[in-house]
Amino acid sequence: MAKRIVVDPITRIEGHLRIECEIDKGHVSKAWSSGTMWRGIELILQGKDPREAWLYTQRICGVCTTVHAIASVRAVENALGLEVPMNAQHIRNIIIAAHGIFDHIVHFYHLSALDWVDIVSATKADAKATAALAAKLSPWPNNSAQEFKNVQDRLKKFVATGQLGVFASGYWGHPAMKLTPEVNLLATAHYFQALDYQRKINKVVAILGSKTPHIQNLAVGGVANPINPDSQSTLTVERLYYIKTLIDEVGDFIKNVYQIDVAAIGGFYADWTGYGAGVTNYLSVPEFPQDTKGESFALPGGYIPNKDLGAFQAISTFNDSYFSDNVKESHKHAYYKGDANLHPWQGETDPDFTGFQDDGKYSWVKAPTFQGKPAQVGPLANVLAMYVAGHKPTIDYTSKVLELAGSIAGSKLGLDVLHSTIGRHAARAVRAGVLHDTVVAEWDALIANIDRGDYATFNEPVFPKGEIQGVGFHEAPRGVLSHWVVIEDGKIKNYQCVVPSTWNAGPRNDKDELGPYEASLLGNPVADPENPLEVLRTIHSFDPCLACAIHLFDPKRNELVKVRTNV
Amino acid sequence: MSEPTILVLGVGNILLGDEGAGVKVVDLLEERYRFSDQVEFVDGGTAGLELLSCLDDKQHVIIIDAILGAEPPGTIKKMVLDNAPAFFQNRISPHQLGLAEMLSCAAMTDSLPDHISLYGIIPESLETGLELTQTVAAAVEKISRQVLDDLQILGVEIAKRQQRVSA
Repeated sequence: MAKRIVVDPITRIEGHLRIECEIDKGHVSKAWSSGTMWRGIELILQGKDPREAWLYTQRICGVCTTVHAIASVRAVENALGLEVPMNAQHIRNIIIAAHGIFDHIVHFYHLSALDWVDIVSATKADAKATAALAAKLSPWPNNSAQEFKNVQDRLKKFVATGQLGVFASGYWGHPAMKLTPEVNLLATAHYFQALDYQRKINKVVAILGSKTPHIQNLAVGGVANPINPDSQSTLTVERLYYIKTLIDEVGDFIKNVYQIDVAAIGGFYADWTGYGAGVTNYLSVPEFPQDTKGESFALPGGYIPNKDLGAFQAISTFNDSYFSDNVKESHKHAYYKGDANLHPWQGETDPDFTGFQDDGKYSWVKAPTFQGKPAQVGPLANVLAMYVAGHKPTIDYTSKVLELAGSIAGSKLGLDVLHSTIGRHAARAVRAGVLHDTVVAEWDALIANIDRGDYATFNEPVFPKGEIQGVGFHEAPRGVLSHWVVIEDGKIKNYQCVVPSTWNAGPRNDKDELGPYEASLLGNPVADPENPLEVLRTIHSFDPCLACAIHLFDPKRNELVKVRTNV
Repeated sequence: MSEPTILVLGVGNILLGDEGAGVKVVDLLEERYRFSDQVEFVDGGTAGLELLSCLDDKQHVIIIDAILGAEPPGTIKKMVLDNAPAFFQNRISPHQLGLAEMLSCAAMTDSLPDHISLYGIIPESLETGLELTQTVAAAVEKISRQVLDDLQILGVEIAKRQQRVSA
């Protein structure tokens, strides 16, 4: 008989997510993904000045502040048909790329590595053997036996005092943990190093954005960074060169550590290339506009139905109706009144909490569809789109990661293995490399533009009488983010955010098709239903962030139960 | 200019009514006063690891946050946290995960400041909305005065800002 387990909340994520599964003969046979908080941002924004919407939307989530700010100004600019000066595009692009790198590094090392790496086992490793192994994998200079010894001593101290802190939620000694003590130590050392590199890249966001975690420099129509190469109080050449040093240091870490670690862990856990594919309709959008209108982009994006790369269709401009015409959100299984399936410009946010019903409503997250189908979003969707669009750096980094993983697994790994739990990690590491190349190129372009004497950063928005509507999309670290705004006489009339975790964590849609989290769990092994580490592996591989998929803390279900199992 | 050694960190979600009380304290203080360079004010929102670099070079950290508790709304609880990372492992507010993570990482990398204190406010309403309830707005005023006193004891120079004259 199938055993029902409830994981509520999923730990090491922002926001509250509840996963229910039925386990039959050691594998997941049914799954439900339920967001247990409600999002009310849309209601706050009605009647507000569209120029200020971004200040509020960046408060939706503690992790994705920047991305909601970017999508919001783009939505209003799209409604107005407002062009954005090149300097502003480049400054925004640098912030976007730096934030993406920050997110990918933190996601792998600090939010999901503990699903694969056993830090208690790392205390038993031989530091010299670890250094020898590391030297085979990468030229990274901070892989010395001394470094590993130091990390191990620190780790032993933590384990001895029982103060595991952030490590406390790991599944130590679980039968699904397979790495040797040496590989565990290597990854743990990089966990600590990654803390320094995420700080460095976040500093880039802070300098350009004036502040972090909430950037202050955006404006509908550009950015509020005055450029004057000679003035101390503005964006000076000196500050720009400081940013460049930070960017360069982080690049070495991505290429010599992050990509290598992901490939190595992927190689050791090659069986996980067979689990977690789930929904294989992939949606991503182009990013890093290269002109003032958003008609050409540095990185491609588009739609791939049913993992058929040959059927890829690009989304080519901010105005491309192929994107804006094909998005809908269904309420059928979400706690909103009725079972409507609406376009975001017509979207409604009218709560109707019914309690968890297996075949009825069971989540605060709506179910978005593209051309009527559920779609997976995120770095994997984006990497596949860039790959099929012929983006050279994407193809090169993908080959590098697959070759190294294959050499460790002892078999040749093709592009197909990316449709999996571990494949999502690989794609994120590939994308981090691509983002790094992008941030360097954007920095060069900004400097070149300033050298040409162009200091413009802002075009004044003017709001017409009557009703206008716009969509702003952004390929955020977790995937496609879109903000949809309807403006009447200069005030917001309707505002809907269709966020990456809505796409991925959404419940069954109007046709009762499973959302990506749900579909990806089917067939996953679960060795010990009391400790469903494998469920976490697959869910964490999406980089879940539920605070913006849904927002309010649900007072009816606020008990913190780590895992509850019902027979 | 030397790096600041004191951090005043307001956290919470300003979209959820009284949940944003901590951020409001920081806003209010920065709006009304000028401070000497050794103190840095940060509106942390609901962020986590992004805030790690704010702890660099700090000796004193004052955190202001909405907390859960049985006391009546508007109650202020001041706590000196001897073991801040462990304290935030317990569930005290809806966004504590971020704080717990940040402090634990700081502890693991030996960058945890020596003195960490917390002003907790019991919220009245966490309904979606930008306004504080009157009860909590009064508590925000009270905490602001207490933080000013704390900063003065730590040797911070404080001056009132000129009222902005509207044109």
